[in-house]
This record gives sequence, structure tokens and C-alpha cells, in this order.
Amino acid sequence: MSSPTPAHEDVVHSEPFLRSLMRRQLALSVACAATFLVSLLGLPLLNYVAPAFMATRVAGFTLSWLILGILFFPFVWIISYVFIKRSLRLEEDEVNEARR
Amino acid sequence: MNLPLALLNGVDPWIFGFSFLTVAVTLWMGFRSAKTSKTASDFFVAGRSVSVGWNASAISGEYLSAASFMGVAGMVMSSGYDALWYPVCYACGYLFLLLFIAGPLRRFGAYTIPDFAEGRFDSPLFRKIAVCFVLFIGFFYTMPQMKGAGVTLAYIFPGLPYWVGVVLVGAVITFNVALGGMKGITLVQAFQYWIKMFAISVPVFVLMAVVGFYNTQIGANLAPGETVPPVSSVERKPLVEKAPKDTAWIAPFGPLTTKAVTAAANALPAEQRPAFLAEHQKPYSLLYTYSLIIALVCGTAGLPHILVRFYTNPDGVAAKKTTMWVMILIGVFYVFPPIFGVIGRNLLPELYSGVGAKGTDKIVLELPTLIGAKYGVVGSILSGITCAGAFAAFMSTFSGLLVSMTGALAHDVYGRMLRPKSQPAERMFAFKVAAVLIGGVAVTLGCFVEPLEINFMVGQAFAIAAASYFPLLFMSVWWRGMTMKGAATGMLTGGLCALGAAALTNLGTLALDKGPMGKIFAGFAPLNGFWAQHPLLRILCEQPAIWTVPLAIGLMIVVSKATSAQVPADIRMKMLVLHAPEKLGLKQEYIQEHQAGAGH
Repeated sequence: MSSPTPAHEDVVHSEPFLRSLMRRQLALSVACAATFLVSLLGLPLLNYVAPAFMATRVAGFTLSWLILGILFFPFVWIISYVFIKRSLRLEEDEVNEARR
Repeated sequence: MNLPLALLNGVDPWIFGFSFLTVAVTLWMGFRSAKTSKTASDFFVAGRSVSVGWNASAISGEYLSAASFMGVAGMVMSSGYDALWYPVCYACGYLFLLLFIAGPLRRFGAYTIPDFAEGRFDSPLFRKIAVCFVLFIGFFYTMPQMKGAGVTLAYIFPGLPYWVGVVLVGAVITFNVALGGMKGITLVQAFQYWIKMFAISVPVFVLMAVVGFYNTQIGANLAPGETVPPVSSVERKPLVEKAPKDTAWIAPFGPLTTKAVTAAANALPAEQRPAFLAEHQKPYSLLYTYSLIIALVCGTAGLPHILVRFYTNPDGVAAKKTTMWVMILIGVFYVFPPIFGVIGRNLLPELYSGVGAKGTDKIVLELPTLIGAKYGVVGSILSGITCAGAFAAFMSTFSGLLVSMTGALAHDVYGRMLRPKSQPAERMFAFKVAAVLIGGVAVTLGCFVEPLEINFMVGQAFAIAAASYFPLLFMSVWWRGMTMKGAATGMLTGGLCALGAAALTNLGTLALDKGPMGKIFAGFAPLNGFWAQHPLLRILCEQPAIWTVPLAIGLMIVVSKATSAQVPADIRMKMLVLHAPEKLGLKQEYIQEHQAGAGH
């Protein structure tokens, strides 16, 4: 717990700093998780309400099989890439704020 | 002299050779690396000089078990579309880990979940409670690995009974771990990932080049609403009686998720069946699917042997990048096993009528031999490669689990509860005894589970993790009002409910077996009668996550509110350590040198 200046220590240990820290990180995580969950939980629902549409053939696969068996993986990679980019930027901002 | 010769009868030298080579190289690498890293902190900290690529390969190597390598293909073949949720959620569960848990836990500096439980609540008692689930989840996870071993050995040595394979492989790995090899060293695990990746992808590409690609093979199956399948060029073998029909297999809400309702319908008089099925089949099936998704996605974030690996990252940034690469590595891997299942359905349907070690779980091993009809020895070589991959799969995961379970038993139960003042030499001895003990229990359990599907059993381990460790980690990281009592009540209730439900389901399934297991577990047959009357209860028992995860989280909130005076005094500091960027220099190290002695 080395701190260069007492002022830095004050900001870091203050209640508002912790609050804003947790709120911003959680907001980012929840936004990414929501994108993921809507698709993941939406797919069974689509299968349920529109079975004929989901059974449409796309290059031999049924649409539902193509989405779940292949396309879902790159979709999740994109979400995680976006999350990592943004969370690194967020941490950068937080460090700057604390050291100001 | 006669017995070994009789065993070798009908053994393909290529298949045997590749498998033997994998085992030998793994053991050799394990012992070589074990020599250079002596203590637990070596194991954890030395890895920090390892690059993101190696680390991600190592995590993937430990994660991809017999379920991923053999079980997913077997289940896609037996159940079709619904089984695809398994590989997708196995891979996507890492996203939850990345979004909510990996970063904060890495900053906190606790290496295992029990370490975290103790540090977060300042409670050595809670550590002891938390450690139980390392064992519970571990045993449920080792059973399918043991089945993988039994199936693979029964395939390589056609005359060998299933249980001999389980005992043989279990004994080899157990003694290897007890003697200090295979400590889950980064390089060995990374090597295992690339073996598995090679062993699943190369045979798939060769197979597809010969018999037709993924989409052609799926196209040969009839979808609902079609009168002829779009592809007619695949020469399908006729399906056996036990195989599901094309339209049920290719479409959602197929045999896997409708099993309970079908069983209930069969118990009704024939004229009531159509109405009953029309009313209950799809809604219950949707419920089953959701519960399965919750178990797998939340469960990945609570697996004890995976979280440990995240601390081999030098910092939080590398931890996040590693997670992303893990998702890419395992995501690419998981595209392949279902292809085996699809081609297997079209070309090897006789496996549908096999049970246990002779059933669909061995499709990955057997399918490449079909090429042999056209290209001779190539089929044997490819089958040898998939066998080598299977060995890599159950060996790496079983060793990893054995190390974490033995560590929990030797370090937490012996070193902290029974003999807190024991000497390092005594602890070392305790570790060896614990390894043999746990290996023995795992092998015994493994002998009983032949009739159960590999992939299904791993799903149960995930369901227990989802209802115990996941709520603990998630809530402790993001809610500062958590108390030790709240965390313990929620974790124990949720986890034990999931454990009980999983055990009941397995006992019921074992009672249905036509072989020796059916006789041993015959006492549980009435359970199936009960479930035939209450299909909803059967589904909630088979896939408990939909009620156990909310139960655990709910109890954590209620009990923590009731005991809010007991929130740790320095909670703000703890939260800061969990969430503040590492550049601010707040990190603590919870690993202590004296723990290191128990690590091997």
C-alpha cells in the first residue's frame, strides 16, 4: 500500500471513489452480460415460438443449428473483445482520476 | 503368460501405439517439470513469467475433459440439437467469468476459492465449509473422466471389461499424482490442449473430405416440415430401432429435453397420450433448456480447478486477455465434436443399440476406422490419434481435479483441522495418503457409472458449482453487505440441494439399467414410477439449476440482511482491493509460505 502523496490516499480511500468505481465497472459488465443473455435465452424462445422459421435450411444446416453450433462462438468473442477494450479504458480513467 | 496374450487379441497396433505414446510423454513431462517446481508458490508464481498464449492453452488444456472430447459427440449423436447447448455453454460460460469474477478475484490475490472465502470474510471456519465443495464438485467431475477412461480402454482392448479400464487408468494417474508428477504445470497442460485440438480436428477434416462435409451430413437428415431431406448424396446406414427419428433429432426440444414427459405419457392410457404430450411436451422442454443453460453458464464460473489457473497471469490485464484467448481456443475446439456426432448418426447408427462402454460415447474413437474400408491403415492411424486425444482429455482433467481435491484434503482438512502443528514431512506424507484415498474413491465411483452419459455427468458437476461457488463468488465480489453466515447458508443450501437432486437422478437412471448396475440399484426403481407421475419434478431434479441458483442467492441476501452487524469491519478496504485498478497498488497476497508445503 504505497502511496506517493497523502492526497492520493484520500481520494482512493474515499467512499465516493469506491462507489463510482464499482458502479461503473458493474454497469459495463451488466451491459455486456445483457447482450449475451438476451441472445442466449432468446434462442430457445425463438425455437419455441417460430419452429418453422428456425428449421429453414441454410446451406444444409437448419437455421437454429447454424446459429447454435457455429455462429454463437464468434459472437461471444466479439462481446469479450469489446468488454476488454472498454474495461481497460475504464481502468485507465480511474487511475487518472485517483492521481489527479 | 496367457492372459496378456489373450488381451492383445484384436488390438490394433496403431491405436495402441498412439495411446501408449501419449501416456508415456505426459508422465515423462509431468515428472520433468515437477522436479523444477517444488512448492505451491512455485506452481502458482513461476507461471507468471509465462506468456498469454501458453497460459490460455494451459487453461484450455485443463478444461477440455473427457466430456468435451468424447461426451459432446456422443450426446449430439444420441440426442441431436439439444445437446449443442453443452459445448456452446461450456465455452460461453467463460464470458460470465470474465465479466464478473476473473478481474476482481485476480486483484484480491487469493489463489483458490477457499482462500478467497477466508480472506473475504476473515473467517477460517468459512474456509473449512467452502472446502467441502471442492470435494463434492470434484467427485462428480471425476466420475465422467473415469467413464471416459473405461470406454477408451474397452475400445483399445476389445476383450477388457469396462471396470478394468477404470481401475487401470485411475491407478496410474493416482500414483503419478501421489509421487509428485502432473502437478498441473503450465507447459504440460498447454501441450495437452494442442494434442486434443490436433486429435479432434485432423480426423474430422479427413473424414469430411471422404464422406461429405458438416452441412451435407446434416442436410441428409429430414427436418420438420420437409418431405425429403435436401441432400441425397450421403449414403446413410438404416437407423436402428432405438435411434431417435430425424425430425426429433435435428429440431430443438428433442429426446434429451422431452424424456421426462415422454416417460410420463407412456404411463398413461393410450388415448390420453396425444393430449398430454401436446399440452406438456414443449413448455417443459423449454424449462429444461433454460435450467441447463443456467447450470452450465454459471457453473463454469465456479469450477475450483479452473479458477486457480487464472493466478498464473502476471496482472489483471493479462488475466483478461488470457480469458479471451481461452474462449477462442475452446470455442474453435467445440465446433468439431458435434461433427463426429452428426456423421456418426449417418454412418455408424449401430452404436445406438449399444449400452455403456459400447454405446454412443465411443463414437469419436470408432468413427475414423470407417475410412479404413477405403484407405486401409489410414483409418487405424486416425483412430489412434483420437484415442491419444481421449487419453490427453481424461488424464489432464483427472490429474488437475485430483491435485486440487488432494490439496484441499491434505492442506485444509489434515493440515488445518486435524493436525495444525504437523511437520512439513508429515504433510507431504498426508498428501500422498490423501491422493491415494481420493483416487480410490474416484475409481470406485467410476466403476458404477457405465450406464450414464459422460456429458450428462459433467453437466451435473456444473450444476453443483453453479448453486454453490458461483453465488458465493458473484455476491461476495459485488455486494458489500454479505456476511459469512449469509454466504455459508446460501452456498450450503443451494449446493447440497443440487447435489441431492443430481444423486437422485443418477440413482433412478442406474436402476433402469439392464446390466449388473440395474440389480445393484434396483431399490431405487420406485423413484422412476414417481417421476412418471410428476414429470415436472423429474426435470427439476435432473436440471436443478433453475431453482437452486436463485435459492442460494436469495438465502444469501436474506441471511446477510438478518446478520448485517457481522459485515467485516474493513469491508471498504476489501472492496477497494477487489475493484480498484492494480496500478493504484492496493493488491494483497493471501497465499502464505506455510501453505506451500502442502502443495505437493
